[in-house]
Amino acid sequence: MRISQLAGAALLGSLALAGCGSDNTSGTASTAEASASESATKVECFSGTVNAEGSSAQKNAIEEAIASYGEACADAKLNYNPTGSGAGIKQFIAGQVDFAGSDSALKTEGKDGAQSEAAQAEAFCGAPAWNIPMVTGPIAIAFNVKGIDKLVLTPAVAADIFSGKITSWDDAAIAALNKDAKLPATPIKVFFRSDESGTTENFTKYLKAAAAENWTADPAKKWTGAGEGKEKSAGVSEGVKSTDGGITYVEWSYAKDNKLGVASIDNGGGAVELTGEAVGKAVAAATQVGQGNDLALKLDYATKEAGAYPILLVTYEIVCSKNKDAEKGKNIKAFLSHFASSDVQKGLEEIGYAPLPSEVQTKVVASIDALS
Amino acid sequence: MSTSITGHSVTDDLPGPDGRSPHDGDRAGTGRLGDRLFGGAATGSGLVVVALVTLVGLFLVMQAVPSLLNNNANFLTSTEWVPSGSEPRFGIAALLWATVVTSVIAMVIAVPLGVAVALFITQYAPAWLAKPAATTVDLLAAVPSIVYGFWGLTIAGQFIDPVTGFLQRTLGWIPFFGDAGFSGRSTLFFAGMILAIMILPIITAISREVFAQVPVAHKEGALALGATQWEMIRTAVLPFGKPGVISGAMLGLGRALGETLAVMILLSTLNPTASWSWSVFNGGETFASKIALNAGEFDSPQKTGAYIAAGLVLFILTFLVNAVARIVIERRKAFSE
Repeated sequence: MRISQLAGAALLGSLALAGCGSDNTSGTASTAEASASESATKVECFSGTVNAEGSSAQKNAIEEAIASYGEACADAKLNYNPTGSGAGIKQFIAGQVDFAGSDSALKTEGKDGAQSEAAQAEAFCGAPAWNIPMVTGPIAIAFNVKGIDKLVLTPAVAADIFSGKITSWDDAAIAALNKDAKLPATPIKVFFRSDESGTTENFTKYLKAAAAENWTADPAKKWTGAGEGKEKSAGVSEGVKSTDGGITYVEWSYAKDNKLGVASIDNGGGAVELTGEAVGKAVAAATQVGQGNDLALKLDYATKEAGAYPILLVTYEIVCSKNKDAEKGKNIKAFLSHFASSDVQKGLEEIGYAPLPSEVQTKVVASIDALS
Repeated sequence: MSTSITGHSVTDDLPGPDGRSPHDGDRAGTGRLGDRLFGGAATGSGLVVVALVTLVGLFLVMQAVPSLLNNNANFLTSTEWVPSGSEPRFGIAALLWATVVTSVIAMVIAVPLGVAVALFITQYAPAWLAKPAATTVDLLAAVPSIVYGFWGLTIAGQFIDPVTGFLQRTLGWIPFFGDAGFSGRSTLFFAGMILAIMILPIITAISREVFAQVPVAHKEGALALGATQWEMIRTAVLPFGKPGVISGAMLGLGRALGETLAVMILLSTLNPTASWSWSVFNGGETFASKIALNAGEFDSPQKTGAYIAAGLVLFILTFLVNAVARIVIERRKAFSE
């Protein structure tokens, strides 16, 4: 799909150029103008390689950013290996990659007697490592029920569905929220991520924060509710798509690509449909827990703010605040500046992410400027 | 049947004057460079394989032991899997069950089918058909396992629900066939069926090889005594080919036990609160699929060790299966003459 979009963009571009050419006899000048207006912010180029690894949740976003960066800077070689947040952080600490992508900030507490991630990263960098939020990915509650295309859920009802307490679509609790819908008696089939996943962690964090009475298990990367497990986002969305009565939590882009229904969420401030803007509102409401330029965020999942869609995950780029290799530091900075620019962020909505809201974006740009 | 045209006779088994079998050489080297190089290379290769297996086993044990010592549950009988945290509890019972069940289903389907295909190719098919048929079956082995997984999920899976539905309705009173609420294509049963297709070429190829070597005198002898085609196969071909069929089946079983990707794509995993079910229409995880599924998140030595311990069990299981196969084949040989 993206290829066709690109092809479409290229076609439009060449048409625009052809149009310019007929007005203006000087063809080269119009080309330069056109490319200047295409990228409003100046892209700083470098030549060399930057390797990154980590969260698969931001894979499509970073690939988009890499592609647009590559268009502007042909000599820059960027690689992103979407192996998972845990693997990315491990590789980063071991010095195998230049920065890591992760869907949770570096942990400041050690696990199983090992040193904490933050401490290990600091030891490797020789300076604190920063969490820079870059991509916000809304998590959709995606469903497939014959005859139903709109659904409203409250956190409490969602928690009951995902913990297996509500087992049929015509349950009174669901019907009370969706008075206009003709709910069938189809059994609810919950699909969950069978691999350990940041999506699961963030979704259960939401359930726990917004409906603690209904969701008692502690948030974790491993699913603790009901249902059957499928591999990765592709697996759960495929499961829901092929099962009448199926429901899952999945990144927005997968729900869109598979044309699944997406539930609106009512946290108490009215039902909110999942849109980029609604997600931005929730991100803006988050509080910063990192110090200074470390922008680790704490999301307010239980937010009752009107029009804010509360189920989302923020993926961070984890970088050394000071790189031992100054050249490398400059390269990383150049790419991240591009990634955080408004142009790139705006383009992310098409592929199922939400752009950073402007107040967060300003902070992110300031942090990136402070990198060295 | 002590002598035959193919050349194995009683005298072959009698020791020669100096106590050696007459078919063995005297192992006298010529001392030429090529001779020594080749001898050395062959011995070296043999040692490397042994060393490799030993080292893999050693590595697994070394990584697994610290985690196993921390384990608060019985590693062999527990179905829990919480490998990290301050009180890790993990056991392999559920993994072992899923691995064995899918492999057994695969074997139940693939062994008779593979033997039948091999018999068709070697005994029934006209010569112009035998070659292409054999090649086609061999081609199955060249398909990557992930393709089988996707094929099973998206295409074959559409047709399985009526089959599982029928089995559940008619045989549902047996615990093995109870309805566990999973869609047909994400069950142990269906994963076993896909595994059967994957191991079919191995079993067929090896069975075909041994069936093709059945001495013509055996077959013609049977036919001359008035046996029908089927009786000839039963009395001459199958007994001759039995060790080959067994070793083919064991190779296939080895692949089925260790198959990762296809199983991972197909099988629905169970949620942590699910109660134990004996049904083959349940979901689950095999050793290999569980390790592959979680390999991205091995973030502490304790957790890694737990998965490696599971890998060690698979290693031992495969080893045992092969050892049993060896013993069976050896015993068959001893009784077949």
